Amino acid sequence: MNESGTDNGALVHVDGVGKVFHRGSEDIHVLTDLHLQVPAGEFLALMGPSGSGKTTLLNLIGGLDRPTEGSVTIAGESVHQLSDRRLAGWRARHIGFVFQLYNLMPTLTTERNVELPLLLTHLSKSERKKHVAAALAMVGLSHRAGHYPRTLSGGEQQRAGIARGIVTDPTLLLCDEPTGDLDRKAGDEILKLLHALNREHGKTIIMVTHDPHAPARAARTVYLNKGQLSSEPLA
Amino acid sequence: MKYLHLVWSNLKRKKLRTSLTLLSILVAFILFGFLSAIQQALVGGVAMAGADRLIVRHKVSIIQMLPESYKARMERIPGVSLVAHQTWFGGIYQDPKKFFMQNPVVPEEFLSMFPELVLPTEQKQAWLATRTGAIVGRTTAERFHWKTGDRVPIQSSIWAQENGSRNWEFDIVGIYDGKKKGTDTTPLFFRYDYFDEARGRWGKGQVGWFTIRVADPARAAEVAKLVDQEFENSSAETKTEPEGAFVQAWASQLGNIVLIVAAILGAVFFTILLVAGNTMAQAVRERTGELGVLKAIGFTNGQVLALVLVESCLLTVLGGVLGLGLAWVMISRGDPTSGLLPMFFFPTRDLLVGLGISIALGLVTGIFPALQAMRLQVADALRGT
Ligand SMILES: Nc1ncnc2c1ncn2[C@@H]1O[C@H](COP(=O)(O)OP(=O)(O)O)[C@@H](O)[C@H]1O
Ligand SMILES: [Mg+2]
Repeated sequence: MNESGTDNGALVHVDGVGKVFHRGSEDIHVLTDLHLQVPAGEFLALMGPSGSGKTTLLNLIGGLDRPTEGSVTIAGESVHQLSDRRLAGWRARHIGFVFQLYNLMPTLTTERNVELPLLLTHLSKSERKKHVAAALAMVGLSHRAGHYPRTLSGGEQQRAGIARGIVTDPTLLLCDEPTGDLDRKAGDEILKLLHALNREHGKTIIMVTHDPHAPARAARTVYLNKGQLSSEPLA
Repeated sequence: MKYLHLVWSNLKRKKLRTSLTLLSILVAFILFGFLSAIQQALVGGVAMAGADRLIVRHKVSIIQMLPESYKARMERIPGVSLVAHQTWFGGIYQDPKKFFMQNPVVPEEFLSMFPELVLPTEQKQAWLATRTGAIVGRTTAERFHWKTGDRVPIQSSIWAQENGSRNWEFDIVGIYDGKKKGTDTTPLFFRYDYFDEARGRWGKGQVGWFTIRVADPARAAEVAKLVDQEFENSSAETKTEPEGAFVQAWASQLGNIVLIVAAILGAVFFTILLVAGNTMAQAVRERTGELGVLKAIGFTNGQVLALVLVESCLLTVLGGVLGLGLAWVMISRGDPTSGLLPMFFFPTRDLLVGLGISIALGLVTGIFPALQAMRLQVADALRGT
């Protein structure tokens, strides 16, 4: 058991994480000795200039990539040490992803899209249906259940994306610029929705964003710059 | 099974592309079906031939006749347990193009020589009791809508009756079935005693060929030699061969055609491999981002591999089943040459082989795209979109 995890009750522990990409002979140090703790139930906004490594950090927390050094521990699990296979299973159980471009399957209806993560569970067909309906109701998209993504507006597609992210009731919801492709009004609605999910349903959310309105909705905002985090934006 | 919808929806993504690929697979399997039916018709007789039967014909050619009196001499040769003879009648019913065989035979010995012809007992009795009686195979009976009790006129291109007429009439007293699927049920058989008495002076007492049953199939070659020795230096010398070889000799004349069609089929399947392979490679390439999402959601690399493989197999098996099914329907309408290929059907074994080929085709075309999908790094795949 992770000691600091029990010490301060944090759900997410990122300890001394470094990430280096290799492009040809060139080493790109994206993250260096980075520390982050996120308690359960927090709504954290992660901001920073483009290319500063926000997506990279989110990928490390979500188990989509491995750190070059340091450790990522979530709910006591040393994520960076899991095999690919175990990691996939762990993601299925603990992580919900929301993407900037929604990334819905164009060939599946909204409800089939939302159902996807449930296919990896042992739920029966009728149980899956119930969970999908609940998730769609939570994001206010029940009336679009049978529609294909291309017939939905951007805001609606992102609601579907969020429903897919929360349908398994994951430990952690990771959103990478969820309002990045939406107009102001739709973006605000998505922020409001995430805020409500956090406040009313106790979801722990880490959200990468450029949105100036985000800090107002989030409980805490951290800024990524030059591979390090700080609680203040750079001047 | 719950993933089937996901796989299926991917095939529907590019409907035109999927349809065209499906169509080309389908056509290949129709071709496959017809080839195996033709092959079956040509060489199937060899497999159907009895291992314990020999055929005795005139040494010069099958067209030359042999005296019926040879029968008694053959029966005395050690190792021979049964002798029956047949004669080519060369008859035409209504239309010369509607070819089928009619041979005069001696009912009792003929039926025990060919147990693969199944005739109900009371029909056999009727045949023994009716001098002008004939039995006909199910295929021909259905083709001409003949029933027992019918009197059918057949015009012989070879045999005239004493009064010079070539028009013969037979009473259908029985309809036989084949014991096995490959048994030829097109010929009509009528009584030799009636035939021999009614035919004019020419050819009286002569028959076309004999079939011998040997007591011990292992000694068949030995018996064949004894038979030919028996008639050496007579006016009608014989040539005796196993029934299989006899059928084979006739089939090998057509065997080259089978080879050519097989070569064509090989080329067709190779093309299909490229077409379906290209379809799958494209399907995976244009879907990199989606595969990344699936992995992010928690699909393992193995599951992603399986999804792609199942998709390619679904495509080829669907095309295969439709093609084989259509071929089966078309083939079961019968011999397209109206008579030249009496044993024209789609063997179950080849149907299963075809199914196997369609699965193999799916695995081969799917494996490389599937491996590519499996190796995809999640972070890279997502970044690519
Ligand atoms: N797979 C990779 N290979 C090489 N460089 C990468 C890779 N992934 C990210 N990078 C680089 O890492 C840096 C941070 O990227 P990213 O985390 O996407 O930034 P952000 O999300 O903050 O815009 C960028 O310079 C990017 O080019
Ligand atoms: Mg980013």
